[in-house]
Amino acid sequence: MSYPIRKFDAVIVGAGGAGLRAALQLSEAGCKVAVLSKVFPTRSHTVAAQGGVGAALANMGEDSWHWHMYDTVKGSDWLGDQDAIEFMCREAPKSVIELEHFGMPFDRNDNGSVYQRPFGGHMQNFGAGPPSQRSCCAADRTGHAMLHTLYQRNVRSNTHFFVEWMALDLIRDESGQAIGVTAMEMETGEVVIFHSKAVLFATGGAGRVYASSTNAFINTGDGLGIVSRAGIPLEDMEFWQFHPTGVSGAGVLITEGVRGEGGYLLNKDGERFMERYAPNAKDLASRDVVARAMATEIKDGRGCGDESDHVLLKLDHLGEDLIESKLPGIREIAKKFANVDPVKDPIPVVPTCHYMMGGIPTNYRGEVVAPNGDDKEAIVPGLFAAGECACASVHGANRLGTNSLTDLLVFGKSSGNSTVEFLKQNVTHKDLPRDAGELTRERLERLNNQTNGESVAEVGAALRQTMQKNCGVFRFPDLLVNGVAEIQEVEQRVMRTEIGDKSKVFNTARIEALELDNLIEVAMASLVSAEARKESRGAHDRADYAERDDQNWLKHSLWFKEENRLDYKPVHMDPLTAETIEPKVRTY
Amino acid sequence: MLFRIYRYDPDKDAKPYTKEYEIELRSTDRMLLDALTRIKEMDDSLSLRRSCREGVCGSDAMNINGKNGLACITPLAGLKSPVDLRPLPGLPVIRDLIVDMSQFFKQYHSVKPYLVNEEPAPDTERLQSPKDRDQLDGLYECILCACCSTSCPSFWWNPDKFVGPAGLLQAYRFLADSRDQSTSQRLDNLEDPYRLFRCHSIMNCVDVCPKGLNPTKAIGKIKDMLVKRMV
Ligand SMILES: Cc1cc2nc3c(=O)[nH]c(=O)nc-3n(C[C@H](O)[C@H](O)[C@H](O)COP(=O)(O)OP(=O)(O)OC[C@H]3O[C@@H](n4cnc5c(N)ncnc54)[C@H](O)[C@@H]3O)c2cc1C
Ligand code: SF4
Ligand code: SF4
Ligand code: FES
Repeated sequence: MSYPIRKFDAVIVGAGGAGLRAALQLSEAGCKVAVLSKVFPTRSHTVAAQGGVGAALANMGEDSWHWHMYDTVKGSDWLGDQDAIEFMCREAPKSVIELEHFGMPFDRNDNGSVYQRPFGGHMQNFGAGPPSQRSCCAADRTGHAMLHTLYQRNVRSNTHFFVEWMALDLIRDESGQAIGVTAMEMETGEVVIFHSKAVLFATGGAGRVYASSTNAFINTGDGLGIVSRAGIPLEDMEFWQFHPTGVSGAGVLITEGVRGEGGYLLNKDGERFMERYAPNAKDLASRDVVARAMATEIKDGRGCGDESDHVLLKLDHLGEDLIESKLPGIREIAKKFANVDPVKDPIPVVPTCHYMMGGIPTNYRGEVVAPNGDDKEAIVPGLFAAGECACASVHGANRLGTNSLTDLLVFGKSSGNSTVEFLKQNVTHKDLPRDAGELTRERLERLNNQTNGESVAEVGAALRQTMQKNCGVFRFPDLLVNGVAEIQEVEQRVMRTEIGDKSKVFNTARIEALELDNLIEVAMASLVSAEARKESRGAHDRADYAERDDQNWLKHSLWFKEENRLDYKPVHMDPLTAETIEPKVRTY
Repeated sequence: MLFRIYRYDPDKDAKPYTKEYEIELRSTDRMLLDALTRIKEMDDSLSLRRSCREGVCGSDAMNINGKNGLACITPLAGLKSPVDLRPLPGLPVIRDLIVDMSQFFKQYHSVKPYLVNEEPAPDTERLQSPKDRDQLDGLYECILCACCSTSCPSFWWNPDKFVGPAGLLQAYRFLADSRDQSTSQRLDNLEDPYRLFRCHSIMNCVDVCPKGLNPTKAIGKIKDMLVKRMV
């Protein structure tokens, strides 16, 4: 018996910032689109973004998208594709203005324009400084305000949502074209084939591969797992951003906006140590730089607390008024999760897994690209991706703060437009292959019939520990080799997970087991890619190869699930219209 | 610590029952959600929604010792043992602590929760003074958790007719926005014996809102606007 079929022009998997922005393009173009989400759209993790969205509006002083582009390329440690980066930085001001027109409650300046704050790595004058105020924000709840605004706009456009539906596998026809997904309605356990002409993934990040993370429980890299099972490679998965300021012990994020507004880090001697590591930008250097500095302080015994396992973020000198008006959410979080009131006391913080720079390979139009014969970047027909799950690649080896929300707006829209274009040229549904849904059925039956397996919680914990231990802020050759071996063992265990709960109704045990199938692909891709990359670049910092090696490694990694193999493709050094920004030594 | 949790799985249970769980708290178990996650590791059939674990997504609203709140920001230290956990009151239960929120979202959608401004969009942002922007504080932060509406007696009795505190708070969020041009249609949409006027200022909603918002005050302001419009 095969699964019931529902037909749409396009399916969007994910209703966070990227999915909602893409959905608007399709709804407003009159396409019949189904937007699937594991959670009610406003519960997507975009809601947690705090600090702001980057765009050179120049509301607070001189700025230009060329400077934004320069900072982004430098921030990426030259691994970002310069055509995509130009596209993002050029489109950013328009995208932010558009969001304002949708109703976004941005903070304001006295003249009524959008308020912008400084953020790490954002400078004036092609990196020379001083810091640029480029981050458009709504207090420290920018993601919340943005996600709700985008959802509201979709309500206005009558977008058709499938809330609490989990996509499970991608369906491709013989030519490789993406023609639908299987998905499970969580409330009833029913599986349906969504048969479409195009599929767009916007499933967000996968921070839950680490034991300690700023990410939500639902950030399990589903889109990455799904496409990798369908033969699509994953790009640059060795690059994970550790955010300098996660609350020690809790993982909850404290925005870089705190440092943007004037906060700074202290070690146990009360020293503002960033002055040593980044004499110019200090606490507003790039995230990888600050995270490494903190990890070094802690490693060398200058950490704070009984265990010397964290440093302190001081902001009391900003005064209660500023904290209440610009950082109210942070005060709430610090009180709840760190037991300190930042108006009086510093917040204990540690570098915490935060963002996945890698993902599903796309071009700047949001079309998924994969090697095919001699062409390393052949377009996969009918398949699109945007947001954190995609790798365009604008963030390269290290993302600048505020650039993810920019990415969601710009590439959400461009991938939506590309999908609309594709639908114009592909007006009929391709036939479903005879085995459509088989992979999903096998996975579900395996899970239902498993005996003598291990619990999802146990295997999940092993997976997260493996990543945490072997693939952290600093990377060591023996640990990487060890990590690859360990994760292969974990993979065997993932294939034997067992759930006690067999109910059809809202079975969260089953959902977590299916999520683990995706996490393992993400973890495997990360460790294998990291072990192979013999240089240090951005967030990938190896003890045995301490320098960036442009000669051999100025290239993107591509990991394939099949045979667990790697391939590489060149970085796009040519922007669309601007001049190439040539690689140089990266200092802040 | 002892937990008494409402359990019901329509797939196998004839009727709801209460199940007890005893767990040894660890130093890392700070919030109620930490404890529930540990309980779920012992019994994977316990069903609840959760995502952000920091009080911003609105997933894990439930009734905690008789009062609605978010599990992820409810400190265990402040809870009386045994801890009684039930689904949000007044909405149909799907399973265990998971309720059907359709009615709640329907009311939210009914207030047309989006900015209406039909003037041609300028090339730049629509200007708004900091003072006008301040009017949105205490409104736009709502996370749609439903703690308020499901603690409101008027919503329990008329969930299909009374918009409820969450929906009304959002109605006012757009009424209060200097950029919105739909004031009179918005007021028309609420001028009804049920949609707005079922609120009797009982303030349960204010008492439970985990974000410290004040729907009653917003409702009062809408009523004021209606009165002003009549004279
Ligand atoms: C705490 C925190 C603070 C941040 N602050 C900032 C900031 O200030 N500025 C900035 O630029 N960036 C920030 N970031 C990063 C940024 O918020 C994220 O990268 C971005 O929001 C991701 O958006 P998205 O649309 O790609 O995914 P998400 O918002 O995570 O949405 C993913 C969507 O996919 C759905 N989904 C996933 N899997 C499935 C499936 N199998 N089936 C159906 N649906 C599925 C989910 O339900 C959800 O709707 C922050 C991140 C964190 C964690
Ligand atoms: S004040 Fe109004 S909305 Fe709030 S609980 Fe009471 S009746 Fe309900
Ligand atoms: S007003 Fe408060 S309680 Fe009500 S839905 Fe919004 S956040 Fe939740
Ligand atoms: S889990 Fe998001 S509000 Fe509690």
